[in-house]
Amino acid sequence: MLKKIRVTLSVIIVFLITFYFLDFRGFLPDSLTFLTEIQFIPALLSLNVIILLSLILLTLLFGRAYCSSICPMGVYQDFTAWLSKKFNKKKRYRFSKAKNILRWSVLSATVIAFIVGFNFLVGLLDPYGAYGRMVTHLFRPGYLAGNNLLETIFTSFGNYSFYKVSIYTLSVSSMIISLITLLVIGYMAWRGGRTYCNTICPVGTTLGFLSKFSLFRVQFVDEKCNMCGLCSMKCKASCIDSKKKEIDYSRCVTCFNCIEVCNREAMKYKIVKRKKKTLTDAVPAYTYVKEGLPLEFTNHNKTELPKIAVKTVNESKRRFLSASLVTGLAAGKLLAQQISGDILPKRELKRQTPIAPPGALSFDHLREKCISCHLCVSKCPSRVIKPALLEYGLGGIMQPKLYFDRGFCNYDCTICGDVCPTGAILPLSVEEKNHTQMGQVQFILENCIVYYDETSCGACSEHCPTQAVHMVPYKGHLTIPETDISICVGCGGCEYVCPAIPFKAIYVEGIDTQNIIEIENEEIEEIVIDDFGF
Amino acid sequence: MDRRKFLRSVALTGAAITTMKEADAMSILSQSFQTTNAAAKYDLVAVMGGEPEAMFRKAIEEMGGIKNFISKGDKVCVKPNIGWDQPVEMAANTNPKLITEIIKQCFEAGASEVKVFDHTCDDWRKSYANSGIEDAARKAGAEVLPAHQESYYKTVSIPKGRSLKSAKIHQAIVDSDKWINVPILKNHGGAQLTISMKNYMGIVWDRGFFHANDLQQCIADICTYEKRPVLNIVDAYRLMKTSGPRGRSLSDVVLSKGLFMSQDIVAVDTAAANFFNQAREMPLDNVTHISKAQQLGLGTMDLDKLNIRRVRI
Repeated sequence: MLKKIRVTLSVIIVFLITFYFLDFRGFLPDSLTFLTEIQFIPALLSLNVIILLSLILLTLLFGRAYCSSICPMGVYQDFTAWLSKKFNKKKRYRFSKAKNILRWSVLSATVIAFIVGFNFLVGLLDPYGAYGRMVTHLFRPGYLAGNNLLETIFTSFGNYSFYKVSIYTLSVSSMIISLITLLVIGYMAWRGGRTYCNTICPVGTTLGFLSKFSLFRVQFVDEKCNMCGLCSMKCKASCIDSKKKEIDYSRCVTCFNCIEVCNREAMKYKIVKRKKKTLTDAVPAYTYVKEGLPLEFTNHNKTELPKIAVKTVNESKRRFLSASLVTGLAAGKLLAQQISGDILPKRELKRQTPIAPPGALSFDHLREKCISCHLCVSKCPSRVIKPALLEYGLGGIMQPKLYFDRGFCNYDCTICGDVCPTGAILPLSVEEKNHTQMGQVQFILENCIVYYDETSCGACSEHCPTQAVHMVPYKGHLTIPETDISICVGCGGCEYVCPAIPFKAIYVEGIDTQNIIEIENEEIEEIVIDDFGF
Repeated sequence: MDRRKFLRSVALTGAAITTMKEADAMSILSQSFQTTNAAAKYDLVAVMGGEPEAMFRKAIEEMGGIKNFISKGDKVCVKPNIGWDQPVEMAANTNPKLITEIIKQCFEAGASEVKVFDHTCDDWRKSYANSGIEDAARKAGAEVLPAHQESYYKTVSIPKGRSLKSAKIHQAIVDSDKWINVPILKNHGGAQLTISMKNYMGIVWDRGFFHANDLQQCIADICTYEKRPVLNIVDAYRLMKTSGPRGRSLSDVVLSKGLFMSQDIVAVDTAAANFFNQAREMPLDNVTHISKAQQLGLGTMDLDKLNIRRVRI
C-alpha cells in the first residue's frame, strides 16, 4: 500500500515536471511552476524559507520522501532500475557499506565551489537541474519531432490544431553534458539502483544526514524476521543489512520495496521508539529460502565476499567516471577551438559581453543563483535563450544567455523570469520588463544597406519597440538608422532582422549589470481628420 | 484530361507566354482574373466616420456587393496585417471587427472556405492572439493558418519584377481562388508608409531579401505576382502616424475613422496616403513604391481620372 502511494505520487510528479518542461503550447497551467520551486536546491537558492523548512520537516518526519517522489532525477533512476529488471529477472541488490568519505567530500566540494562563486559544480550535480537539462536537450527534440509528425498528419486532413516547430541543437556542450549525465546516472541506476543519490548527489547527502533522525522509519520487527535477506535484495539504496538487521537510514529513500517484498511482515514503517540495545535472533538464521534463489547466496562466507565485490565494482565505476569526465572535457575544449577558430572571425560584429536574460540583474547575480536547469531555455516562446559556453567565465558554463540568430526577445514577454525557480532571473511585471535594459544597440554605418546601396531599408527601426533605433532623413528621400542607447532594452529585434550580409550593420552588446531605462511619455495630441484628403 | 492533352496545353501555354512576353497580354490575363461576375460600379470607394464593420458594409454595397468579387464555392484567403504583438488600440494590426465582417460576407457570398494568416514580425503566437484577429477570424468561421515556417510557402516566379524575380508565397494565397488584401494604414520607418502594397510582405517568406535588394522596388515587384487580390481594403479606422510600423505608445495613433476600397492597388494606396497626410505630412514622392508600381502598370496614381465614391456615415 505504502509503495503504491509512493509510486503513484512519483509518476504523477515526474510526468508533470517533464511535460511542464516540454509543453511549448501552454496546455499546462502556469501554476505548475511550483513543482520546480519545491525542489531542494532551487528553494535553497531562492531563499524560499517556507519550502525549505517544509522539505526539512518532511525529511525529519518521514525520511527521504523528497528523494523518492519529488526529485525527478530520483524517479528517472527508479525507472532505469525497473527497466533493467525487465532485462534481467534475477537481478538483485545487496547491502553495501556507505561511502561516507566520498559523499561528504562531494558535498563539501560543492559547498566550497558555491561559496567561491564557481556555481557550475552545483548546477552540474543538482539532480533537478541535471534532469531539467536532460529534458531540454535530449527529450525535447523528440517531443517537437512528435508534434511535427502529428502536424503533418492533421494538416493533411485539413485540421490545423497543430503547427510546425523547428528543431535544432541549442548548445552542443550542454547537450553533451546532458547526455553524459543521462548515461552515467542511468548506468549507475541500471547497475545498482540509487547509487547516484547515495554517493554523489549533494542533496541526497544533506537529506540523508537529516533522515537519520526522522520520526518514521522502516524498521525490522525482530520477532518476525528470519533474516531471509529478501528485503536487502530488493533495496535499491543497498542500505539494508539483513544479517545484522540494520538499516542505514542516511541512504534509505523510503521506497517501501522492502516492506512490500517481505513475506513475514517483518518490516514496518512506524515511529521510532528508543532503541533497545539487545540483538536477539527470534528465528534461526537462513531457515527460509525462497524458491529460485541461487545456492551460493546462502552458502557464501558472509564476511569476505561482499567486500571483494564492492571493491571490483568501484574500480570499474571509477574508471568509467574518470574516462567520461576526460572525454567530456576534451570534447568541450575541441568545440571551443572549433568555434573560436572557425565561425567567429568571419563575423565582424563580435559580441564582447554576453546578454543575460531580462531580470537577471547582473552577471554576478546570475552566476550565483543559476543552476542551469534550462527551464527558461525550454520555455522561451521566442527561443532566444541558450546556454552559454565560457562567456560568463568557467563558473557560468551552461547558464542562460540571449542570442538573436533565430528570433528576438518579445518586448512584453516575461516568461523566463516567471518560471525561474531559483530567482536567478527575477520575475518582472510587463511594465518593469519594458524598462529593463539588458544590452545596448551598436550601429555599424559602413555595413548598412542604406549607406552602401543607397536604397530604403529600415528593418531595424521597424522592429524597435522603444524607437531606440529610429530613422532620420538621409540623402534624398532616404532615411537611415540613428540609435539612442539610453532607451534601448537590448531585445535584439534590430540585430535579428538586419538583412545586411555578410556582416550585420546593427547588433546588441551585452552589459554586466542591467539598467532601468526611462522612456519619455509623449503627450497625446488630438488630431481630428474630417476630410478625405483627395 | 489525358496526359497527351495536358502536355499539349502545357506546351501551348508555355509558347504563348514566351511569345507574348513583351506584350500586355499578361496584364490582360491578370485583369480578367480580378474582375469577376460584374464590373464594379466605382473604381474606388472611400468611407468616413463609422465603425470598421459599418464602413465596410457601406463600401462593399457601393461596390455592388461582395458577390461581385466572391463567387459560390470560392476558396478565399483574407490577408490582414497581424505583424505585431500589439493590442487593437495601437493600430499596429488590422482591426479585427473589419476582418470579422469581411469573413462573414465571404461566407454569405458562398465561399467554401476562408483562410487567414500573416507572416508576422513579432512572435506569431502572441501577434495572432493579442491582435484579436485569431479569435475574431475563428469565430467568424475562418481557418487561421500559421505562417512562421518556410515549409508553408511555395516558390512562384515574378516575371515582371525588376529586383525581385521569384518569391516564396504562402500556400494559402497560392492555392486560393480569390484573396482579399486588408492592410492597416501606418507610418513605416523604411518604406515611409505601409498600406496595401507593403502588406504583400506578409505573404512572402524571405523579407530580408526585400530589405537587402531595394526595398521600395521589391514591394512594387511583388505586387506584379499574377494572382492579384480581388479587393484591397485599407483599414484607416485608426492610423499610426509615427514610430511605425510597430508603434511605441498611444501618442502614435490617430482615431481617423476611414476606410478605402479598390481593385486598383496603386489608386487605393495613393488615396490612403493622401488621407494620412492630414495627420502628418508625408510627401507621396517619398513613398516611392507607389510610383514604381504605377510604372509597372499596376494602377494609377492619378485619382482625378477615376470614378471615386466618397461616403460619410
